[in-house]
Amino acid sequence: MTLEMLNLSIAIPELFLLALACTVLVVDVYLKDESRNVTYVLSQIGLIITLVLISQQSPESRELAFNGLFVNDFLATVLKYSVVLLVAIVFVYSRQYLQDRNIFKGEFYVLGLFGLLGMMVMISSNHFLSMYLGLELLSLSLYAMVAFDRDNPNAAESAMKYFVLGAIASGMLLYGMSMVYGMTGSLNIVEVAVALDKMEGNNIVLIFGLVFMVIGLSFKLGAVPFHMWIPDVYHGSPTTVTSYIATAPKVAGFAMVIRLLAESMGSLQADWQGMFIIMAVLSMILGNVIAIAQTNLKRLLAYSTISHVGFIMLGLLAGNQEGYSAAMFYTLTYALMSLGGFGVIILLTRKGFEADNIDDLKGLNQRSPWFAFMMLIIVFSMAGVPPTVGFWAKLAVLKAVVNIDMLWLALVAVFFSIIGIFYYLRIVKLMYFDEAVDTNDIHCSRDMQLALSANGISVLVLGLYPAALMSICIAAFA
Amino acid sequence: MFADWPLLSLVVWLPIIGGAAVLLSGDKGGSEGSRRLALIISIATFVLSLGLYTNFDSATSAMQFEERFEWIGDFNIYYHLGVDGISMPLIILTTFTTILVILAGWEVIQKRASQYMAAFLIMEGLMNGVFSALDSMFFYVFWEAMLIPMFVIIGVWGGPNRVYATIKFFIYTFFGSVFMLVAMIYMYYQSGSFAILDMHNLKLGITEQTLIFFAFLAAFAVKVPMWPVHTWLPDAHVEAPTGGSVILAAIMLKIGGYGFIRFALPITPDASMSYDWLIIGMSLIAVVYIGFVALVQSDMKKLVAYSSIAHMGFVTLGLFSVYQILNNPANTDITGAVLAIEGAMVQMISHGFISGAMFLMIGVLYDRMHSREIADYGGVVNTMPIFAAFAVFFAMSNAGLPGTSGFVGEFMVILAVFKANFWIAFLAATTLILGAAYTLWMVKRVFYGEVTNEKVKALQDLNQRELLIMSILAVAVLALGLYPAPLVDVMHASVDNLLQHIAQSKLP
Repeated sequence: MTLEMLNLSIAIPELFLLALACTVLVVDVYLKDESRNVTYVLSQIGLIITLVLISQQSPESRELAFNGLFVNDFLATVLKYSVVLLVAIVFVYSRQYLQDRNIFKGEFYVLGLFGLLGMMVMISSNHFLSMYLGLELLSLSLYAMVAFDRDNPNAAESAMKYFVLGAIASGMLLYGMSMVYGMTGSLNIVEVAVALDKMEGNNIVLIFGLVFMVIGLSFKLGAVPFHMWIPDVYHGSPTTVTSYIATAPKVAGFAMVIRLLAESMGSLQADWQGMFIIMAVLSMILGNVIAIAQTNLKRLLAYSTISHVGFIMLGLLAGNQEGYSAAMFYTLTYALMSLGGFGVIILLTRKGFEADNIDDLKGLNQRSPWFAFMMLIIVFSMAGVPPTVGFWAKLAVLKAVVNIDMLWLALVAVFFSIIGIFYYLRIVKLMYFDEAVDTNDIHCSRDMQLALSANGISVLVLGLYPAALMSICIAAFA
Repeated sequence: MFADWPLLSLVVWLPIIGGAAVLLSGDKGGSEGSRRLALIISIATFVLSLGLYTNFDSATSAMQFEERFEWIGDFNIYYHLGVDGISMPLIILTTFTTILVILAGWEVIQKRASQYMAAFLIMEGLMNGVFSALDSMFFYVFWEAMLIPMFVIIGVWGGPNRVYATIKFFIYTFFGSVFMLVAMIYMYYQSGSFAILDMHNLKLGITEQTLIFFAFLAAFAVKVPMWPVHTWLPDAHVEAPTGGSVILAAIMLKIGGYGFIRFALPITPDASMSYDWLIIGMSLIAVVYIGFVALVQSDMKKLVAYSSIAHMGFVTLGLFSVYQILNNPANTDITGAVLAIEGAMVQMISHGFISGAMFLMIGVLYDRMHSREIADYGGVVNTMPIFAAFAVFFAMSNAGLPGTSGFVGEFMVILAVFKANFWIAFLAATTLILGAAYTLWMVKRVFYGEVTNEKVKALQDLNQRELLIMSILAVAVLALGLYPAPLVDVMHASVDNLLQHIAQSKLP
């Protein structure tokens, strides 16, 4: 194999990130506890450089590297840019939270960076193997991050659950891949697609392989009936880890679905569409209905995630360019809203107080009108009320569904979003209509305040002017 | 004046941006500054909106003051504003009412006054957006966004049961509108454009029309509100602060009527024709049954809320009786239909003034006594003679006394409906009796008789601010009642054009 076939230049951001993660790991060993900030600053600077490196890559067309294991295209560039940005903001949100709990350790950032690397590999993979490698790198980092607060029994329990269920799901995925390999003779996504195109008739083994792969994917996305881990993991993890899990990995999961189902198994679209319809409808029903009964804010947001996954699947199942770009728009904006939602929870926490009960939001408008307003925007965006970006995400998805003549599915979706609006309104009610119980001042660092404000404002600004992001999403699938 | 300004953008965005400024001005160190700022912004918006009237060309039915820019190119969504004779008066009504609402909350609202004022200004901009948007998605954005400030207004400054009322209000209206959203997306794929005027020219089969019609009905009937989806209104009104009730009754309800005119009638005329009996039936129930319901209310605000439902029944009755009028062989021309729609429009504007005045009146009493129960009052005329004079005047106009604006719209609609069917007109006309009964009976119990208790004895008459608000409204009601021609003239061409769309089958 020559160096040209490796084509390393298109993987520079990943290579840099790998070097960064290793450097942070080594540097951190030599740091005293009081100078742990160095780790944080080093990671953030590294992430900024990664962002710059990604934006330097401007692929005109698909470029392959590592002998076809790795692909770089416009879609990959956009998604990578978003995950790096999301992780960088999660790191901003995390610093004070970790300090307050005496778990401000370098490992958090090292694991976060390795997880990010896993996501970037997933986004850029052109091969079942590299996809699986990326996924495992991400998952293993996440399992450890969930258990990061190791003295907390809830966290340990969640990590255990997550690990067991995650390992089963990965196994399913791998099993499905092996069946597909058996039928097509290749693990390369492009070659699989070519082989499937030539194949005729209904192939039972292939369908089995597809089913296993869809199960693995749905688990990672968190669609009903493979959603069980979401509420527990969201609830049990330290909130910063929840905000990590709830944002960037969803984007990576979206990329996984696109690469594995849309790009390689496009010709079996009719088969996986049926499964997606059922899971999408179930997710919207279960997510929205069960969220109503939640009193824990993190669990509530977990169920709301499930319902949003249902919407993302609506876009994916349309199976055309319009649907994929709608799903991409939805995923990116959802990650943004979710980041803001957990950001507000982190904002309200302080030493010895978790603020994860929905009653902890009571009277937020009295305590901090500005951040109550940010949360108002985020919550209405999740509910899909204009002029926030959540509305455009829902509109894009509904449009895609109506265009493939599945009007009934659009009606089901809007119906359950009406049910969903109730618990979002309850959050607004607590913040605005109720008197504050907890009258402690909200104190948090300036960088966190700035990041959270930018987060909330961007939800509104993207709602007023969604055209730019929308055309990026459309261009990604052009 | 202002002839070459982007007037519509200004009346939409000035209040919204101004509202944000008021919000930022905050309540620290007194709210006087934010109140003044809010008043200045609302007056400036009103003056600008008058420019719409003075520069309006009433000879044409085309959209005027049009502004059109690409907003979301990939979705074919445009920033497209424009008004015709139907929407322009409603915009002026909105800007006018907002000034009164800001004035009415001047001393009364002490809790977070800057947020209160800002919410109303933002509402004003969004409602102007609803009336002037010509792109259906742009319309929908305003239509839904409007719910957020109203939700907060009722929830924060409302009465004891405000949370229930405001969540009910939000879910009801949200429920109605999402189906309209799906209908709009569907029509987008049929016409290739989200522009409302393109949808007017769309050919649709009867099944599609029926489904779309019911989606529109869900959205607009809740907003109007029509029986049987009216139940959120009494709750919302009772709990809302005075300003919230005024905006709800005077403008938000009109948005439902406007929706029927702009969407349901011209886009789905065949379905509207097949189901006009349904709407007429619901309207008559609103007029007659809700009239009786109003009669037995013991809470003044509830009484006026029910009377609003009954009066809005006239609007929908007028709008949907056009098919009966057009199909009645006795009518040789379309004057009857024109009369019906213009009557509905006049009724909407007039009800905006009168219901606003009624709620402001109750607000005046409530601020002093903190009670809305009719039984707590009696003999108020002895302590508040000036106020009582206004109250009797507005009550008379609510009952439809000739010479006041309340009479004009109802009379036009009844006259038009006579050309359709005698019995419908007969039933509709009972409102003149019922309306007089419940309004005047309330006035009698509250204002006349002996002074019933110490609290009433201690009442102070109107202060200058309240006197100013009442006088402005009284002048408006009288002017529209005695000389409605300027209003009817501006809408004439547009109504004619609308009838072209209504009368023409849209079947492929």
